[in-house]
Amino acid sequence: MATDETQRTEAFPSGIVSVGLSEVKRQIPSDEPPPLPPNAELAVIGKPTARQNGRAKVTGAIRFTVDISLPNMLHGGILRSPLPHAAVAAIDVVAAALVPGVRAILPIATPDAILRYVGAPVAAVAADSPAAAEEALRLIRVDYKPLPFVADLDVARNPASPPVHDSASAPAGDAHGFPAPAGLPLHGNVRGPATVTRGVISQGLAEADIVVEGEYRTAVQTHCCLEPHAIVADWRTDGLTVYMSTQFTAGVRHELAAAFDLPLSRVRVIVDGMGGGFGSKSSLGNYGRFAVALSRQAQAPVRLVLDREEEQMDAGNRPGTWQQLRVGAKRDGTLTAISVLSYGTAGVAVGAGVGSFAEALYACPNFESAQYDVFINAGPGCAMRGPGNVQGAFALEQAIDELAGRLSIDPLALRDRIDPSPVRREERRIGADRIGWHRRRASGADAGPVKRGLGVAQSLWGANVQINASCEVRVMRDGSVEVLSSVQDIGTGIGTVLAQVVAEVLGLRPEAITVRIGDTEFPAGPPSYGSRTTASITPPARTAAWRVLQALCREAAPVLNAAPEQLAARDGKIVVLGDPGRGMKFADAAARLRTDWISAVASRSDDYGGFRRRIGDAAIALQDLGGVQFAEVAVDTETGIIRVERVVAVQDCGRPMNPRQIESQVQGGVLMGISFALFEERIIDQNSGRMVNPNLEQYKLLGARETPEIEVAVLENYQGQSATDAYGIAEPSNIATAPAIANAVYNAIGVRLRTTPMTPAAVLAALGKIPARS
Amino acid sequence: MNRFAWVNARTIEEASAAVSATVADAMTELAGNAAAGDTAVLKAGGVDVLDLLKEGLLAPARIVSLRGIPGLDAVVEEAGGGLRIGSMATLSRLADHPVVRRRYPALSEAVRASASPQIRNVATLGGNLLQRPRCWYFRAHEYHCLRKGGGHCFAIAGENQYHAIFDNRPCAIVHPSTAATALVALGATVELADAQGAVRQVLLEDFFGPPDRDLQRENDLKPREVLTAIRLPALPAGTHMAHLKQGEKDSFDWPLADVAVVLELSPDGSCRKAALVLGTAAPVPHRAKQAEGLLAGKHIGEDLAREAGRAALEGATPLAKNAYKLPLFETLVRRAILKAALG
Ligand SMILES: Cc1cc2nc3c(=O)[nH]c(=O)nc-3n(C[C@H](O)[C@H](O)[C@H](O)COP(=O)(O)OP(=O)(O)OC[C@H]3O[C@@H](n4cnc5c(N)ncnc54)[C@H](O)[C@@H]3O)c2cc1C
Ligand code: SF4
Repeated sequence: MATDETQRTEAFPSGIVSVGLSEVKRQIPSDEPPPLPPNAELAVIGKPTARQNGRAKVTGAIRFTVDISLPNMLHGGILRSPLPHAAVAAIDVVAAALVPGVRAILPIATPDAILRYVGAPVAAVAADSPAAAEEALRLIRVDYKPLPFVADLDVARNPASPPVHDSASAPAGDAHGFPAPAGLPLHGNVRGPATVTRGVISQGLAEADIVVEGEYRTAVQTHCCLEPHAIVADWRTDGLTVYMSTQFTAGVRHELAAAFDLPLSRVRVIVDGMGGGFGSKSSLGNYGRFAVALSRQAQAPVRLVLDREEEQMDAGNRPGTWQQLRVGAKRDGTLTAISVLSYGTAGVAVGAGVGSFAEALYACPNFESAQYDVFINAGPGCAMRGPGNVQGAFALEQAIDELAGRLSIDPLALRDRIDPSPVRREERRIGADRIGWHRRRASGADAGPVKRGLGVAQSLWGANVQINASCEVRVMRDGSVEVLSSVQDIGTGIGTVLAQVVAEVLGLRPEAITVRIGDTEFPAGPPSYGSRTTASITPPARTAAWRVLQALCREAAPVLNAAPEQLAARDGKIVVLGDPGRGMKFADAAARLRTDWISAVASRSDDYGGFRRRIGDAAIALQDLGGVQFAEVAVDTETGIIRVERVVAVQDCGRPMNPRQIESQVQGGVLMGISFALFEERIIDQNSGRMVNPNLEQYKLLGARETPEIEVAVLENYQGQSATDAYGIAEPSNIATAPAIANAVYNAIGVRLRTTPMTPAAVLAALGKIPARS
Repeated sequence: MNRFAWVNARTIEEASAAVSATVADAMTELAGNAAAGDTAVLKAGGVDVLDLLKEGLLAPARIVSLRGIPGLDAVVEEAGGGLRIGSMATLSRLADHPVVRRRYPALSEAVRASASPQIRNVATLGGNLLQRPRCWYFRAHEYHCLRKGGGHCFAIAGENQYHAIFDNRPCAIVHPSTAATALVALGATVELADAQGAVRQVLLEDFFGPPDRDLQRENDLKPREVLTAIRLPALPAGTHMAHLKQGEKDSFDWPLADVAVVLELSPDGSCRKAALVLGTAAPVPHRAKQAEGLLAGKHIGEDLAREAGRAALEGATPLAKNAYKLPLFETLVRRAILKAALG
């Protein structure tokens, strides 16, 4: 509980800068720094700053996990099920064990085990060379007893379809999100519904002047990180060291300690360069456990890298969905009812809902959703950039667009009426101006076969925070500075942001700060998922830097003939406030230290104004993150090709810390959104249950030639919630893109595409250009 | 991937003597019998060979590289006005070659639209014509399909969105080479040499064969033959041409449909002769003979081009998931004709 000594009151800037700032009073812990002024008044934070490891990345100097090579390192491999559903009758590893160079064999699926998807792990080996490992895998003899399978969402909804799970193996449903509502019923392959009700839906529909109804489908999308899943596990008698491409070093450390019965103090997890995760590298994963077990067995380091086929089949995915929406409104646009029914599937495991997007985005008194997880015999899903909301937005934002059309209200004007968020209101204003919304014409206005269109869609995402997040700042006697945390840079550039924060406090340049992250030897940092990294780790970084500065000022004060509170750090100096002539170099102050370095460790405190919700180490901030995106497309009505020519993305993330990196995050989100909208799909052969495009050739990803002009605008939105007031951007930027494109396509051709991917075949079919087959 | 020995051939004869089987034969043999024998196969740029090795569809004892044979990549203008392209010339070189661009723009357009810049930098024209099909069942070792000597086509009742709309029984592959679409329309011949130094010339159109001629081979390459050159005939005055490719994407992707048109126009503007070839439509580059006939003797215009587009698709037998190719091809045929005739 707050007492007078532990808390103090401060006035923080509050509001959206382009709209106007006011002040908000907050009680804050007395050992945290004073409010950070708006970016305009700062030297480093909020200024475009080059990524610290950017040069190393483009020159190839950076070390990714696949580059790690330890003495006597072995190479691991995994034997995987060729069948979508089978019982293992017998497994024989004798021949494999005789392959020269084989050092460990790990049985995974023991006799009688049930394998539920193509790619399910059966056994793993480690050998002196990749070739020996491959040879050994080939020689493992497995006697599979095939079982009936189901590999399609619609088929699996039929109660007569072959059951994927029995009641013991079926995972709990979490269609609606985390944590799973307990005890959702399982009927056949369908788990659920997870329901949410507000008001009375039948009444809302009855009150409506217009009801739009539609069915939407989104395909399964896979993460396709630039860097594959990779681990090097080094089991030694004195402890375990793991190098891993991971979004959460501290979390993997916990998982390893639990799985291998080790004290935390004996487990170390390290990641340096990382080529993305998007949710698929959030935890240890089955392959991570196998690598460690192989290393323990062989008493040697083991390297295990998944190839693209393994990743496509067994490294998670964004579940596909079928959704049915009904939206009712009055003539003036006022919403009276929103109803969402969804069935989703990833494969054998869950998380296939469409989030709380439709429930939370618009003011609507009557709401109802029922979400079901469906099981099929395919690889399990996992979180993927904006899980649930990406799928949910594709449907809802098209339904709202359709409603606007039916009401003959401009889509932006309709949202001004039904969207209570002041943030998105400002984002719509900025975006409309940038895209030139006034140019938007009626559908099909172009004379030739190529039709142009403009579309808009909005997003909503929770502002997540990890409370268990700590950071250390050290000032060395030579004046150099280190910032340390186990937080990992998965490609977002958090290291650079930490350097900015510390530099701002200490009056130095960000290049002068040495960033040591991605190692559990350092104070435990947050995970890099749920767009929470910046929100979680920058406040403790600022607090730690502020505390260490106070200690430094105590050393400098006698020399400068001033009280420590009178001193400040700026431009590489410790100066006396109000007497700019009086000061000393930062390095000279550091030289007076009695020890080689001084240090302070700080942890994330609660948001100053409180949280909306807190679950264990994680919390959700009071305010949501917005986002409005506009797309301009050209549709060739004779080939069915959709070209996205331009996207304007207007986003918010509290205080923008590094506009340059934010822009690159948003560009990445938009590109992933376009790729989801137009190209990506896990295609499963229904006769064999196997994915036929488990690679990066036939699994189609957007490339350089499909990259439009992307314009990014970011609001500065202050709430006085932490020492930095910063929140995330990665996921929000991925949500509105696909529906914005779909709405632009509708504006172009006057036909609505309610299914991803919007392929030429889908466009031609929607236009009625495919002849019926005889 | 298996262990194999590497052979650097220095002459065509050496290569021919060192090789024991075509890749197609080596694959069929491997698929039928796990303990494949002592095979040696040719490698040019290696793009396709490496793919097959990685998937375990090809496991030769020796790989014979053609890279070290001097002059095999030469592009030479021939006395009669034709062009002789050494089989080892890379796609990127052909895309930018001044003579190809000026006289055979359909070919430079076709190769420029193929694959990705990195692939074009190593892929050779010879290897491109002889690459194996991309049917995703064929490419996965899990499926022992007809083309690999098995008893079943998995595509006909499976995922066939990228498969053939013509001649698609019993095997529904599309011919993978984009360059071949243009080369067949241009009336190219291939030159093949064996270890004895004997050379044969075959019209490319005849060199390719449909499944009913041979289900396991896409062409008539003999086990010890080396494809030495692709020869383009001299073109009569008034020849106009175009190649159009449409993929789902432009980066790093295959065509959904591609079309080559070569028109010989009389001084009065009427069409004396037309060659019209659909790529990605059938197991071999598909000549649209009916549409060609329709154009002959007429003045090319929007309506005629549209009519030809329709005629070109006559007789198509789309599968469950690829009927979208019909309107797509109709469009490409019409646009390619107009582009060739009117620029
Ligand atoms: C993502 C991707 C996209 C692609 N897109 C396209 C596309 O749009 N259009 C297209 O046409 N291709 C495309 N390709 C295929 C690529 O162009 C071919 O794989 C390449 O051209 C093969 O040429 P190569 O020189 O590497 O042949 P290799 O792999 O070396 O050889 C191919 C075959 O030809 C045989 N061979 C080669 N040279 C000779 C010779 N002189 N005599 C006898 N036999 C020989 C080999 O034995 C082998 O069977 C794509 C490939 C990828 C991976
Ligand atoms: S289309 Fe041909 S290559 Fe493909 S599965 Fe059928 S037989 Fe095999």
